[in-house]
Parts: sequence; C-alpha cells; structure tokens
Amino acid sequence: MTKFLETLDRRWIFLAMGLLVLLPLMFPLSLPLTVSPRVRAFEAAIARIPDGSTVLMSCDYDPAGIPEMVPMTQTALRQLFDKNCKVVVTCLWNGGPGLVDNVVRGVAAEKHKQDGVDFVNLGFKEGREAVMVLMGQGIANAFPRDYQGRESRSLPIMLHVRDYSSFPLLVNISAGYPGVKEWVQQVQGRFHLPMVAGCTAVSAPEFYPYLQSGQLLGLLGGMAGAAEYEKLRNEKGSATRGMDAQSLAHVFVAICILLGNWVQWRKRREGGS
Amino acid sequence: MNPTHDLSIWIGALLTLCVLSFLYRDNPFYKFAEHLFVGVSAGYYIVLNFWTVIVPNLWDPLSRSFAGQGVNAARTGMFAAELGDYRGWLVIPGLLGVLLFSRFFARVSWLSRWSLAVIIGVYAGIKTTGFAQGDFVAQVQSSLVPLWTGQVASSLNALIFTVGLITSLLFFFYSREHKGALGAASRLGIFFLMVSFGAGYGYTVMSRVSLLIGRFQFLLHDWLGMR
Repeated sequence: MTKFLETLDRRWIFLAMGLLVLLPLMFPLSLPLTVSPRVRAFEAAIARIPDGSTVLMSCDYDPAGIPEMVPMTQTALRQLFDKNCKVVVTCLWNGGPGLVDNVVRGVAAEKHKQDGVDFVNLGFKEGREAVMVLMGQGIANAFPRDYQGRESRSLPIMLHVRDYSSFPLLVNISAGYPGVKEWVQQVQGRFHLPMVAGCTAVSAPEFYPYLQSGQLLGLLGGMAGAAEYEKLRNEKGSATRGMDAQSLAHVFVAICILLGNWVQWRKRREGGS
Repeated sequence: MNPTHDLSIWIGALLTLCVLSFLYRDNPFYKFAEHLFVGVSAGYYIVLNFWTVIVPNLWDPLSRSFAGQGVNAARTGMFAAELGDYRGWLVIPGLLGVLLFSRFFARVSWLSRWSLAVIIGVYAGIKTTGFAQGDFVAQVQSSLVPLWTGQVASSLNALIFTVGLITSLLFFFYSREHKGALGAASRLGIFFLMVSFGAGYGYTVMSRVSLLIGRFQFLLHDWLGMR
C-alpha cells in the first residue's frame, strides 16, 4: 500500500479531483450548508440601513474572480434594491468595469431599477488608495464622468451625494489589491464609514482581525461565504450550486494530506528500524 | 444538452480544454493557449490602460482645457483649476509620466527618478497614515480585551486570544535565545501560528477549487447548455 501510494502517478489525483468537482455539478447532492455568524452579520448590516439610502459599493475584481465575486455581488445588489436603496458602484481594477457593469445591469433589470436614478456605475479610476482618499473630498471629483461617459454631477442619483458622509454603508467586494485592506485603512479608519466586505477565500483569513475589531461589520469569504449569503436570502445561485463540489474537493484534499503524511511516517519508521 | 451557437463561448470553451490538457502532460494545444493568452492579455491591457487611464484622466481634460473648458462648465480658463478639475495643470503629471520612459535612454535615464520620487513619496504618505489609522491603532486597541467577561465561554475565548497573541509575538522576538520560559512560550506560539497557516491553506484550497468550479460551470452551462 505504501509503495503504491508513493509511486502513484499524480495524474490519477488530478482525474479524481476533476470528477469530484464535475459530477456534483451535473448531479447535485444538496449537502447541508450552515450560515456562519460573519455572513449573518453581513446581511444584518445591510438590513439595518434605512430603506431608500444611497449606498457605496466598490466592486474591485476582474474576470478571474467571477466564480467567487459575482454571486456575492448579485446577492448584495438584490438585497439593496429590495430595500429601495440607491447604489453608487465604483471599480478600482482596470479589468473589471465591463464585467461589473454587466452584473449590476443584470440585477437592476431584474428589479426594474433605472440607470442614473436608482444606480450608477462610475467605472474605473486609476490611482488605487489615492482615489479612495480623493473620493473623501468629493465622489464626483474623483469620478467626473460615469462608465457611460455622462457627467456624474448631472445624474439624479448623484444630486445628494457629496462625499463618504453621504453613505450609511460601504459594501466592498474585492479579489485582492486594491481591496478590503485598503478600504479599511483609507476609508473606514479615516472617514469612519461603516463597512461590510466580500473577498476571495484565499484572502479571507487576513481580514478576520478587522471583523474581530469591528472595523468590518460582516464578511463573506469566497464561494462558501457567497453560498451562505444566498441561503440566508433564499436564493439558489451559482455559489450554492458549486458548494457540493467544493465540499467533496475539500474532503478529497484532506484524505490526500492524511495519506501523504501516513506514507511519510511509515517511510521514516522503516528507515529508522 | 443544448450546446450554444455563440462562437465566442465555443472559443472560450476550447481554449479552457486546451489549458486543462496540461494536467495530462505538456502538449502543443496547451502551448498554443498559453501563448495566445500572454499575447492577447498584453495587447488587451495596453489598449485598456490607454482608454481607461490616459484618455479620461489626461487627454480629454487637457483637450478641453486648451479650449478653456473643464468639468465645471461655469468656470472658463485654461488654468482655472479647482478640486477634481485640474485643467492645464495636468501638463505637470503628464510630463512626469513621460519622464518615466527616459529609462529607455541611458544618458537621460536619471530623469525618471523625479517621477518615481513623486510616486513613492505620495504612496508612502498615503500608506503610512492609512496603516497607522486603520491597522496599527485599531488592532492594538481591539487586542486589549477583558479576560473576564462575566460568561465562561467568552472569557475562555478571550483567554485563548490573549495567550495566542502574546506567544505568537514572542516567537518573533529574536533578541534572546529561545530557551526556558521564552522557549516554551515561543513553542506555544508556533502552535497558534500553525492553526493560522492551516486556516490559510484551507481557504486557499477553497479559492483554487472555486476557480475550477467556475470553469466547469462555464463548460456545462454556458457551452453545453446543461442546466
């Protein structure tokens, strides 16, 4: 057995992993999913803001982040639109505005929301943290024109938007730099704007201290976070559909780690004797 | 099964399969997809940066300012700047941007240092104050938790947190040899660090598997039309 595992061609592992991901997508198992407190806190933070408020939503990702970022963006937008909130969307990743525009327009069409009145996509602005600081001196100063090329100040949604003080909440969905960390450092810390965040799973552990300190009111970590949020909102999106595959893949990785350690332990013991 | 008639999705799906074929072994299909990706990405990002950075932030405002106009239509004048409407003054950052390209010419490459000095100075300032406000002070403050909260469970949580914090910090204290009490504390710190690395690894696996799920969902739903 040890010899077999030691000489096993890694391509069998790739094949097993591929099948474990592919098959549950074709034949869903509907494994149970528990909603974690940080996801409940994310949903509750949005639920607490007054109906009809104008919310800032920064979607800092590009097409590589679609599987994790898009489901949480859609669910957050649906929750905001259900509360009749107006949403001002920005993007600090230059590969993202087109994708983000599609996502925002898709949800807006679903909820019969009007561009420029109920939502606006201000598009991309180069400058990362400098843009965040500049937005504190006026949102329209940092984004004089929106993604469609219209003058931001002329849009009905922007009439009552001055700077960060115009928003009761910042929703940041981010796949890396610039993202959650920079928004916390430059905006939450400096302008004291309450904030919730969604991020890729790989960066989630880095943001737990912000959650513990109260700098983040809620956190969605990766596809699991997005799926929990969908469950809480009674939606069945792509994150929920992917969670069976996610769970089986994790069990498989855990088994591989255990077997790998067992083989190494046996080898060391045999070598010692 | 209802495969799409959209050519762009077919191209995306076939290129996805080309990339996945590398898992079997390196092959010409993978090489083709890899080279295509590198070339298209480079071209795409050059064009994207031109249209989303240079044109809206420099070219358009400068063109308007030469005509005496800017974001604020009520104010006229090439140098009648205000916050968010920098007009003709944008020549200065534009010039600094051009100076960055002086690195291609050895005799005048030193000129690029002026631009780099501005970039580094601005970002060092923004980052330092942001870190101090958002991370350092806030995190130290939130680390000072009461050990007895009136409830056993949360008090135990606070105790574990405090012990983990102190022992993890002691692990990075290198001014004394890790022996005796310091050695025991730093060894305990390693366990806490290992737990954090384990959580990080688990989340990394989740992120990578999510990418695979995303690709398979694209192949099954968008390409093959399986719902």
